[in-house]
Parts: sequence; structure tokens; C-alpha cells
Amino acid sequence: MSTPTSSAIATANENAFSLKDFLSSFMLGELFKGLALTGKYAFRSKITLEYPEEKTPLSPRFRGLHALRRYDNGEERCIACKLCEAICPAMAITIESELRADGSRRTTRYDIDLNKCIFCGFCEESCPVDSIVETSIFEYHGESRSDLYFTKDMLLAVGDRYEPQIAAARAADAKYR
Amino acid sequence: MIDTIFTLGEGLLAAPWWSAIGWPVVWALIKVTLVLMLVMGAVTYTTLWERKLLAWAQIRIGPNRVGPWGLLQPIADAMKLMTKEVLRPAAAEKILFYLGPVMTVMPAMAAWAVIPFGPDIALANINAGLLFLMAITSMEVYGVIISGWSSNSKYPFLGALRASSQMVSYEIAMGFCLVVVLMVSASLNLTDIVAGQGKGYFAQIGLNFLSWNWLPLLPIFLIYFISGLAETNRLPFDVIEGESEIVAGHMVEYSGMSWAMFQMAEYANIWLVSVLTTIMFLGGWLSPIDSVLFNWIPGWIWLGLKSFCVVTMFVWVRVSFPRFRYDQIMRLGWKIFIPVTLIWLVVVGGWMQTPWNIWK
Repeated sequence: MSTPTSSAIATANENAFSLKDFLSSFMLGELFKGLALTGKYAFRSKITLEYPEEKTPLSPRFRGLHALRRYDNGEERCIACKLCEAICPAMAITIESELRADGSRRTTRYDIDLNKCIFCGFCEESCPVDSIVETSIFEYHGESRSDLYFTKDMLLAVGDRYEPQIAAARAADAKYR
Repeated sequence: MIDTIFTLGEGLLAAPWWSAIGWPVVWALIKVTLVLMLVMGAVTYTTLWERKLLAWAQIRIGPNRVGPWGLLQPIADAMKLMTKEVLRPAAAEKILFYLGPVMTVMPAMAAWAVIPFGPDIALANINAGLLFLMAITSMEVYGVIISGWSSNSKYPFLGALRASSQMVSYEIAMGFCLVVVLMVSASLNLTDIVAGQGKGYFAQIGLNFLSWNWLPLLPIFLIYFISGLAETNRLPFDVIEGESEIVAGHMVEYSGMSWAMFQMAEYANIWLVSVLTTIMFLGGWLSPIDSVLFNWIPGWIWLGLKSFCVVTMFVWVRVSFPRFRYDQIMRLGWKIFIPVTLIWLVVVGGWMQTPWNIWK
């Protein structure tokens, strides 16, 4: 038996008294309207997604777990330009490089601390050779902080394992880039 | 069959003290246990039903992971709460802190003693049943105040302050509603109140449900229901818990089973108010239509069904409305409900003196 309309009337006209408003609030008019609305919603088909069995579609641009890619001949793409290390806002990337015997510059160390990573995707954007990428894998966990410290070997392993998926996502997104 | 069991137990021991004192006490305890088990079962599964209904109104599915359709969810919740530690803040008043939950649960359970589940099924069919109920349910507020105060913490204290004023205020409107009911049924005995609703013009033509109290006393019925919401501290009157303002009010410092006892009391109270609404206004155990099939269904099932509908109404109201502001609650209680019930009391009193009195 609230009178939500009474305050509105008071501001409009100090002395106005509307019998209609009074009766409507006294008969709980608006409250029954509210009940009818929730009652109607209760019978709608549910929008719940039952997660482990059902999943939402992911965009090819989805930014999940990182991976380092290789060329088709097995050579790793990363040229240790350190652009990703420079742009990383969370300073999660640590790179050390060397001059290899064949004269090319390669990384000796490429670590991403996923405890720090904010998954902004800047590393991927900055990479001139499409080496560091973010895959659409998001169902992983670590039981300690050290579990979430990914080294070069781990990142390359992720890349090797999911290369078809990574390549497909890049191809699907290529025309918008 | 009940009589057979009774005589069987009476003859269990040949000693005179057994049939004089021993067996009646044991028999009463058996009946109390049965009623409490029924109430606790209802309480347990009301939590699931509430969560399901809330979910449906929000276009969600609700609990469905533990058991089929989430049917084992309340069991899992109970197991979790029972294995949790009961913490007590160092600054809390020890005795009162543990007394609080007990004082909350006690009235919620004790009131069931006088509830008639059928024409002759009641733990105690006492003549002052209604009076007993009003006395017992008024004690509900002590549990909240004691637990809120003894926690020695700010939010619980605020909750207790709000509780004391709100529950006392709505007690008055609720009392006046019951006075109107007792006036038309001319009895404080709950069994008589229900039986009185089974007669009248509509009952004679078979439409029993139209002769129940809810129709001639419609405003009182609504006010009683809304006061019931306020008495049980349910939304939209749950400023006592007010999780967005004072976290959980008087329950903030409680954990494990001591917290679970507050929940038990809340749902037992919801059922109590629902059953009372059914007894006072919805014809208790009477069947809605005078037909062979409907009369064949036993009365306690009708009582359960009707009360279940009222419990569902509690949840429906909860999911529909936002919380009232504190001063709005007070205004509603003192400036609207009490005058309206008073006026209706006079109107019904006058009505009963006219030739059109339908409660003779």
C-alpha cells in the first residue's frame, strides 16, 4: 500500500488530491502490475548457458593464453626485437637475446609472467613477425604463482600444439586488419 | 490406526506409572518430533524452491548441479553449514551470543504446537490458540535483538535497532487483523476458526472457497499478508538484513550452524505465517469445492497446498519489489495499516449487527 505517486503529486501541486491516484495506490495497482511482470518473465525460456556443457562462441580476436609460433620449416618466428617487452603495460615479458651462429638474432629467454599479464593483446599487435599471439584458450589454471610463469619452451609448446587453431583464427580475422 | 498405535504403546509396560505419565509423555514427544520433522523438511526444500523461483523470474535455470533438478542442493547446503566452524567474536557477550539463534528458532518452532492440520489433527487443540500464537510470535523479535546486540558490532546493532521497531509496529496491525478474524468466528480456537469458514451461502451451493474469510475480509487478508512479510523480515521489508546496507544485520557475526539457525527460523516463520494465513483466511484444511474427488483428498494436503501457494507468494513478492526505505516502512505500518485495520474492525463490527450478517 505504498503511495509512490503521492510525492510526485506534492511537487506538481501542493494541494492537489487525485482520488484516482489514491485509489490506485490503495488497491496496490502498481504492485500487482509488478507482480504480473515477474510472473510473466518466470515462464520465458531460460537464457542460462550451462557452462561446461555449453559454451559461448569466441571471436577470432579472443585474447587468451599466449603462444609463440614457428614458421612452417620449424624455425621460430621471434627475432628478439623486444617490441612486445617494450609495449607491455604490465611489464610481464622478459626477453634476453643472442647472436646465433648463422648470424640471426634469436631469444635465449622469453618469459611471460601470467600473474602480471592483463591480456591487453598489445604484444600481439606490436609483433612484426606474428610470433607472440594470444590463443582462444582460457580454461587453464595454476596452483601456485610459479605455475603461471610461462617460459619460452612452454610458450613454443603451446604454439606447436595449437598452430592449426591459431592460424585459422588469424586467417579469419585477416580481412579486417 | 493412530488409536491402535496409542493403545499398543499404552500396553507396552504393565506398570501403572507408564500408562499414567510415562506413555502420554512419550506419545506427545513422538507427535512433536513428527511435526518438527515435517516443518524442517518443508524449511529445507523451501530454500530450493525459493532459489528456483527467483531464478525463473530472472530467466535463469537456478540450482541444477546437485542431484536431478538440484534436488539435493539443500542437503549439500546443510552439510556444508554443519561442518563449518562456529566463530564467536572476542568482544561478543558469550552467553547471549549463543542464546540469540536459539531464541530466534524457538518461537518459530513452538508456535506449531497449536496449528491444526486437520479437523482433529493438532498437537494441542487449545481454546486460546490464537492468543498463544500472538504471544509466541511476538517473542520472535527478542532473538533478533539479543543476537544483534550481543555481537558487539555496528551492523548487527543497527539491524537489531531496526528489527525492534519494525517488528513491534507490524505486530499491532497484525493483531488487529486477527481481532477481526476472531470477531467473525467468535472463537480463539483455531479449529473453530477453520470450521466456521465452511458454512454460509456459497458453501451450501458447493463453492466453498467463496465462503472463506478472504473474500468478505479482503482488505484484512491483504494487510495480514503484507504484515506477515514485515514480521518475517522478508523483502520488501528486509531492512533488518539489508544486505546492501548493513550486510546481513543481526546475522553478520554468525557462521556455520549458528547462522543456519537464523535461516531455519526465517523459513519456519514463513511457513508459519503462510499456514496461519491459510487457517485464518483460506479455509485451513477445507477443500475449495464440494465435490467427491476434492473431498476425498485429506485435509492436511489441502492445508499444505494452500500454504505452499502463500509461500510461493512470499517469494514472488520478493523477486518483484525493491526494498522499502526505512521511514516508508514505518509510515506504512503506523499511518496506513493501523488506521485501515481499525476502520475495518468498526465496519465489520457494524456489519455483524445488521440483518445482512453472514457469520451467524
